[in-house]
Amino acid sequence: MSDPVLVVRDLVTSFPSARGRAAAVDGVSFELAEGEVLALVGESGCGKSVTALSLLRLVPKPGRIESGSIRIAGREVLSLPVSELRRVRGKEAAMIFQEPMTSLSPVVTVGAQVVEALRLHEAIGAAQARRRTTQLFDQVGIPDAESRFDSYPHQLSGGLKQRVMIAMALALRPRLLIADEPTTALDVTIQAQILELMRDLQRELGTAILLITHDLGVVNELADRIAVMYAGRLVEEGTREQVLGDARHPYTRGLLRAVPSLGRRGERLAEIAGVVPTPQERPIGCRFSTRCPVALPRCPTDPPGDTPVAPGHVVRCHVVAQELAR
Amino acid sequence: MSGALPLLRAEGLRTWFPIRKGILQSTVGWVRAVDGVDLEVPVGRTLALVGESGCGKSTVGRSLLRLVEPQAGRLWFDGVDLLRLAPGALHPYRRAIQIVFQDPLASLDPRMRVRDAIAEGMQAFGIGANEAERTERVAALLARVQLDPAQMWRYPHEFSGGQRQRICIARALAVEPRLLICDEATSALDVSIQAQILNLLRDLQAELGLAYLFITHDLGVVRYLADRVAVMYLGQIVEEGETERIFGDPRHPYTRGLLAAVPSVDPSRRGVRAHVRGDVPSPAHPPSGCRFHPRCPEAFERCPREEPRLVPVGDGASRCFLAEGAASTADPS
Repeated sequence: MSDPVLVVRDLVTSFPSARGRAAAVDGVSFELAEGEVLALVGESGCGKSVTALSLLRLVPKPGRIESGSIRIAGREVLSLPVSELRRVRGKEAAMIFQEPMTSLSPVVTVGAQVVEALRLHEAIGAAQARRRTTQLFDQVGIPDAESRFDSYPHQLSGGLKQRVMIAMALALRPRLLIADEPTTALDVTIQAQILELMRDLQRELGTAILLITHDLGVVNELADRIAVMYAGRLVEEGTREQVLGDARHPYTRGLLRAVPSLGRRGERLAEIAGVVPTPQERPIGCRFSTRCPVALPRCPTDPPGDTPVAPGHVVRCHVVAQELAR
Repeated sequence: MSGALPLLRAEGLRTWFPIRKGILQSTVGWVRAVDGVDLEVPVGRTLALVGESGCGKSTVGRSLLRLVEPQAGRLWFDGVDLLRLAPGALHPYRRAIQIVFQDPLASLDPRMRVRDAIAEGMQAFGIGANEAERTERVAALLARVQLDPAQMWRYPHEFSGGQRQRICIARALAVEPRLLICDEATSALDVSIQAQILNLLRDLQAELGLAYLFITHDLGVVRYLADRVAVMYLGQIVEEGETERIFGDPRHPYTRGLLAAVPSVDPSRRGVRAHVRGDVPSPAHPPSGCRFHPRCPEAFERCPREEPRLVPVGDGASRCFLAEGAASTADPS
């Protein structure tokens, strides 16, 4: 296998809080192979979006990356000079967000925005850039691509704006696409169209995707592998089948049972008691121990290490480790 | 339909919003947000009103409370047409029908302590003899929604999102309503917190005999909570029926498209289908004939020309020529 497109090691990203700096991302490591789709899932505040922003050094101040290593296509992002970093952004790795309007300029036509991105990175003429943009719009399923070129973002629906964002992200054929809740703001029939598009494009172009989402259904649609995040740390990682079909961490299992699904009726939803601890309230041991239904006496004080439960399936949980040891 | 008299029944409900232009603000068109909606909420049961953004489902909720004024239709509650009542005469019905919105922070006054927010409605409707008695009732309500009664002197910002939604539910229950309208009440919550609130709502219904109108875009939530489902598209109900039937045997192509588009968490079931193409048209200019025809995978010549009526199908109704045909061949009654 070729080198991974993305390697993250012991990433720590912090924000100031009432009592010193709080680590929103606290020692996260993962890898993404060429053409692979990895989903980083978790609930609000678990640190998944901050992880995504850290990858391209886009963490808003006063947040800052404290330590760790991020290698994209073999280059260490954290030590790159800004001029080089600009080349990595867009060319090697692109990003799309939940709300396209935060990334699109409202006063420039959508076509001109894609042309600008193209010409910033490649020495091509205006006419050629326009032609490429129209092709891209066509490829992402924007109907009547030629005339949509001159539309302003507010003239497009949410689904079309997200298609423009995808076209812009893929314009330079990056090897890595970071997609932060790309379908969360969309209606379900529009979401289905965007999921279909992302699946087709991924197959066609072989782009590796880091998918950030809270929606386990969306994860099931796109991901090859899944990493589950809780309170700044990864708690479980494995293939899609392993994590969704044979979840081992009590948090992952709780999450899956709390989803009201189309297939079940009547039975009570499983609740995860309590709420996610704030950074100040986090136990020094397993961070899920304050809500865990099967916690052992040592869990709040002793941080669990990696326990492999199957090839490629890793869990951080004392209970699972103890069961395996027996 | 069920034999017993429904708690609430809307007939031909119409709420249009004017589009105004120019310095004279003359009306140049209408947004047909709710355009002839019929629905029934049985006593102590749950009707889910589902649809995508802009279909008019939230406007239905607001129209039922007359938070926006419908231009036409009838709205029977307990045998009284609420739309024919003078605003003063509406007072007792404001107590009987309560609403919980998506964003609890926007519906709680940030400068009002939780105790006062919950007691305000009681005072307005003369519940509780004095302040002390109302405080006692607030404590009981907080305990009922699984919050610590000792926290009643705190302000809304001191609570998490799920806790704030519990406060909103306690406030609605404080005036002993018979119908609770939940407008995307769990949509902003994380799934583990949503499960807590959904379970709470179900327990409260069993205990208090409350009826719910559950307005949502989330079909998983509908399956979990609803007895009956009404599917809305561009201001109209396109299908209505018993929950199990809607999910097991949807009769309208839009319902089928919605269900096929929902991703499952079951790893053996992958591949949502985008049967429904394109975007929702503007409710200011709904398409001719069947409003769904430009996006319908099963549309034929008749669909753009003629508007289908909501025809009875089995236990419910569907607004589709295909269901009409099926109804006349399969169900001679």
